[in-house]
Amino acid sequence: MTIGNAMIDLEVKLGIGELYAAYADCIDDDRLEEWPDFFVDDCRYLITDRQSHEAGYKHGVIYCASKGMLIDRVTSMRRVLMFEAHRYRHLVGPPRILRAEGGIAETNANFFVARIMHSGETTLFATGRYLDRIAIGAEPYRFIERLVVLDSPKIDTLIAIPL
Amino acid sequence: MSVQDVRFDGAVNWPSNALSEVPFRVYTDPAQYALEQERIFKGETWSYLCLASEIPNPGDWVATTIGEVAVIVARGEDGAINAFVNRCAHRGNLLCLTNKGHGREITCIYHGWSYDLAGQLTGVAFEKGVKRQGGMAPEFHKEDHHLQRLRVEALCGLVFGTFNDAVADLQTYLGPVVVGGVKRVLDGRPAHIIGRSTQILPNNWKLYAENVRDTYHASILHSFLTTFRINRLSMPGSINISEDGGHHFSQAKLDYAAEDADYKAANLRSDTDMKLQDNSVVESVDEFGDQVSVQILTMFPNLVLQQVRNTLAVRVIRPRGVDKTELDWVHLGFDADDESMQERRLRQGNLIGAAGYIAMEDGCVGGFVQRALQYNDDDSGIVMMGGHEAQSQTFRASEAAIRGFWKKYRAVTGA
Repeated sequence: MTIGNAMIDLEVKLGIGELYAAYADCIDDDRLEEWPDFFVDDCRYLITDRQSHEAGYKHGVIYCASKGMLIDRVTSMRRVLMFEAHRYRHLVGPPRILRAEGGIAETNANFFVARIMHSGETTLFATGRYLDRIAIGAEPYRFIERLVVLDSPKIDTLIAIPL
Repeated sequence: MSVQDVRFDGAVNWPSNALSEVPFRVYTDPAQYALEQERIFKGETWSYLCLASEIPNPGDWVATTIGEVAVIVARGEDGAINAFVNRCAHRGNLLCLTNKGHGREITCIYHGWSYDLAGQLTGVAFEKGVKRQGGMAPEFHKEDHHLQRLRVEALCGLVFGTFNDAVADLQTYLGPVVVGGVKRVLDGRPAHIIGRSTQILPNNWKLYAENVRDTYHASILHSFLTTFRINRLSMPGSINISEDGGHHFSQAKLDYAAEDADYKAANLRSDTDMKLQDNSVVESVDEFGDQVSVQILTMFPNLVLQQVRNTLAVRVIRPRGVDKTELDWVHLGFDADDESMQERRLRQGNLIGAAGYIAMEDGCVGGFVQRALQYNDDDSGIVMMGGHEAQSQTFRASEAAIRGFWKKYRAVTGA
């Protein structure tokens, strides 16, 4: 397929689609110990919102600047932090590939995330857009950077599980 | 008629005059909530409005709230900060429909009435009618109709407003102790916003106002630092409370050099798998030169100013119904921060906010209390840790600042 002047390998497109799907399944299936492995070691993962992103604010509700910080998020969530049990269901739209060159793809996708409390109460917890940079030089593809840009700056109660 | 004369039938009865006994109904009763809107948020208090730096230039304005009341804060042509109710004097329509803006005047979309940035009515559409028909009645004079104005004062770049004419000036209201606590953090260096978000708390606003004054729960509910064995529990600290009880700051000190040694020991330790992979989330510098690693400061009714290590933030408590509160987080940095300090503040930002390692639990615990009280609120809670009074203390295993909150609350609400 053609993006601008560049041809995007169908294999790259399928690989990115698989990465997105596997990432959402990992979280929704509660296999969070595997979540950091979707990122390269020198990565960045940030949850912000549209207004803050447009204002250029660098602070994130979650701000991880290394794979170690992702692992610490999971360890803390599992063994330290107190909150009511809940799960997510991600609906992630098809990724758009904006650029793919030099072993790095710039992509984005929209998402809806429902939160299912242990009681069964289900709410639309977050909507927004992933803005990603993905290492595609080798398999498996890994996120170099994942910005989670929420549509709303309002967060219900807390974010314990990553989006 | 003053608000003190307004009767609120069905508001909560207090079981005694003791500050250490709080009736649960105070968190659940709609009549009590209505009373608070009048006597606290529109009463003899100063409420936080915004940062002065959010409206740096004449013509800049932001829309905010005091309690549930919509308020506009604007910088006038003369550079002064004005605040008025976000409600047209004509038919009561909401004037500003976005969070912020800029202009020489504010015009109501409904009938085109316009106001200058001091809240003065400057224009009335078709005031003289159309083709000599209609128009305002002859006794109508624009100068008689302006937006409902608030008194405004600022302290260290924080802007406050009040509906009340009787309340003392801001610094007298806060008292010298808490003013000193503000000046310690906002020490004159220009600051700017590095991030903001809003956390929706499923509980009455007072449960959060108590939570931030509660030094007792901190090391029990929030076990992040102790679990990773990187802090020393015998940190000296203090609780400093204003004379009226309403405002306070608590401090905890940290031996920064000893903590650095602890990180290294933790990384070498083989007896536990509980260690951080990346210590940068807690690696702090003694930026104020006094070894205080945590200072939580409150101003009655709606402001928290926090320094948690190298994170600085303003938190604004906004009641949104008897069992809902919005907590606005405004994260700050200093203009003079170098690159490593900027990065340090961002990484330590993981400690605070809706996903914060030592703040996340505060987002849900108030909701648990609220649920436990629902339709079963005939009893009282007790806040006796550290005695019955609301005085400053040199230790933190205390609920003195919570008692201070109730001292002020009861004085302002006349309970």
